[in-house]
Amino acid sequence: MKNYKNKIKRRSFIKVAGLGMATTALTGFPNILKAANKPIKVGVTTILSGRVAILGQTVLSGMKVAVDEINNAGGIDGRKIEVISRDSKAKPDEAARLTRELVNNEGCEVLLNCEASGATFAVNEVARDIKKFCIHCISETSSLTADPKNRVPWVFRAARQGIHDAVGGGIFASEIAKKNNLKKFATAAPDYAYGRANTAEFMEYLKLFSPGINVTTQTWPKIFQPDYTENITALLNAKPDALYTCLWGGDLVAFIDQASLYGLFDQFQSFAVNLGDLPILTAIKKIPKDVYGGARYHKDIPDTQANEDWYNKYMAGSDVLPTNWSWEADTGMRFLIDALKKTGGDTDPMKLAKVTAGNKIKSPFGVDGTMTIRGEDHTLVNYVIAYGKTITKDPYLANIQQSNWKDIYVHEKDWKKRKKYI
Amino acid sequence: MFDFDALINCFGMASCAVNQLTSGLIIGMLLFLVASGLTLIFGVLNVINFAHGTFYMVGAYFAFSTYLFTESYLLSAFVGALGAGIFGIFFERVLISKVYGQDILMQLLVCYAFILITDDLVKLIWGTDYIAMGIPDEFRLAPFRIFGGYVPPLYAFLIILSLVIGILTILLISKTRFGSIVRAAAENSPMVSALGIRVPLYFALLFGLGCALAGIAGALAAPVRSLTPGMGFGILIESFIVTVIGGMGSIPGALIAAIILGLTRSIGSVGFPLFVDGLMFLIMAIVLIFKPTGLFVKGSPK
Repeated sequence: MKNYKNKIKRRSFIKVAGLGMATTALTGFPNILKAANKPIKVGVTTILSGRVAILGQTVLSGMKVAVDEINNAGGIDGRKIEVISRDSKAKPDEAARLTRELVNNEGCEVLLNCEASGATFAVNEVARDIKKFCIHCISETSSLTADPKNRVPWVFRAARQGIHDAVGGGIFASEIAKKNNLKKFATAAPDYAYGRANTAEFMEYLKLFSPGINVTTQTWPKIFQPDYTENITALLNAKPDALYTCLWGGDLVAFIDQASLYGLFDQFQSFAVNLGDLPILTAIKKIPKDVYGGARYHKDIPDTQANEDWYNKYMAGSDVLPTNWSWEADTGMRFLIDALKKTGGDTDPMKLAKVTAGNKIKSPFGVDGTMTIRGEDHTLVNYVIAYGKTITKDPYLANIQQSNWKDIYVHEKDWKKRKKYI
Repeated sequence: MFDFDALINCFGMASCAVNQLTSGLIIGMLLFLVASGLTLIFGVLNVINFAHGTFYMVGAYFAFSTYLFTESYLLSAFVGALGAGIFGIFFERVLISKVYGQDILMQLLVCYAFILITDDLVKLIWGTDYIAMGIPDEFRLAPFRIFGGYVPPLYAFLIILSLVIGILTILLISKTRFGSIVRAAAENSPMVSALGIRVPLYFALLFGLGCALAGIAGALAAPVRSLTPGMGFGILIESFIVTVIGGMGSIPGALIAAIILGLTRSIGSVGFPLFVDGLMFLIMAIVLIFKPTGLFVKGSPK
């Protein structure tokens, strides 16, 4: 009887153990083994060739700071982060194709999309379709996250947003306009979606905060246009009180050099929102004095030890100075890492989305040392928005003023209502 | 789209007219230098050099490096032209001469491969960063004021210099022994060879001259245009429009067509800023319909 009982027990044990092993084999166990060995692959597409290739380079160097930190600390539950990057050449169809390839062929489990606006909208739809967690790190076009039609439950943005800059810049410029009695504005912007939307939003808020301002001349050079002479003379002929431009990158460098020949910056006040990126400021051989510019990324803004440390870590791994795209890529990566820590390395899009919505992390680029991805519209807030005036020597920007987020929130809400987004 | 009031207004004011006419001239003259090289190569060698913009880029980069060491703008421009010329001869001897007389698609493929390789070489040597040479100190002067309009001294200098280079090129082709030989070789190269003249050498030199013209345009423009790999592409398209309007192979045609395009751009920025490129292509289309050979070339189209 005793023996029989024992026999049954042993059989039961074998059955249960066998079943248990089979279940583990089919479900979790190999995954645990595999997970312990395999890195978490993050798929990144960005622009690594053409006139703005430098920006793509600074994206990779920027996120490297965050990746090195987590990997040197042992990774996420033993799993390291591995970035796999591809060059989209700034083409939307290429970015979409490469994103699918990164997931299907390279085995990327999550996506950090580092494209300009055109390609970002394409990748947004791919992420929706293949259901992979994705953070957009570069596109500033407001409607990407503000418009509910574009929103995807498992996709977020960790970048500036046009409407935030327009409110911050509008308030800043309106104070200068009032002080110096600037009424007639001219604009010069690249002729594509970003240039047109940015100029319209900026002028809308400038007029709101400083009624009586009107736009007398608008000139629209093509993106990557080699010669701006006709645009510059058109601006000179119009004799405005002030100029607003959202030209960027190499285009802005060429525009400033060519406009300096005509002494344009001596004749009226100028605002260049994209001026405050270090590679631009250092590429311009003779920076005109007293041009107002947005601080895109600056090692002294905010002037904190955390920002200084980040700058030094970045420069240790890069031969190109950091840009606006660098801090945005670093920020996207940090939100991703934080989310992965919270899910224990689980890359399920809905689990990652749940912990990312409303998540607040420490950051050298945050107004109070923190930044948040807002739950309601999946976008980044509380990052530093600042404007200053050019000086001819390093650090090139002085009299920096930071925008107040309380103002931005109020006007952003109104704007969303007007656009019927809420 | 069209703002004729602004246009009439502008030409009613001397300052505006001066600004737009001189800006049209400066755009036109630099374009002329590039396009004259293109048209020269086509006129004599019957090769459409799709890689022509590359020599514009190479000239600019050579000039930039020379300027770093010497700080002499004129020497940089010379080295830019020479470098582009030598690079052009290399391209002609090693690559494009192998496909002379072959299908145009073959020439296109060779040129395209060359563009990609050279762009990558530029990236390896000078990096992907945009580079600005900066305006030379001798030209950092207040702009001339003519009837209230602004003319930067550097641009006045460039207009005159481009014109001089253009005239010298025309004289070189039409009046010198070198010019006679290449023109004769273009008509009948076996006959010229039979006279004991090394035709391939002359072809290579002519190709180099064409590339040097693109190179000097890049070098002269380097102080005001940011340098990036692939910068030759934009100017190539406009150069083709110039060559089609002026007539393939005609240098005076290229001069007039380049000035027409320059003025279209500058006047267009006042009167029809959204249709500037459209109008350039429209002019090209009209010329192709009514005079397919271009304004300055007689006979039937090639």
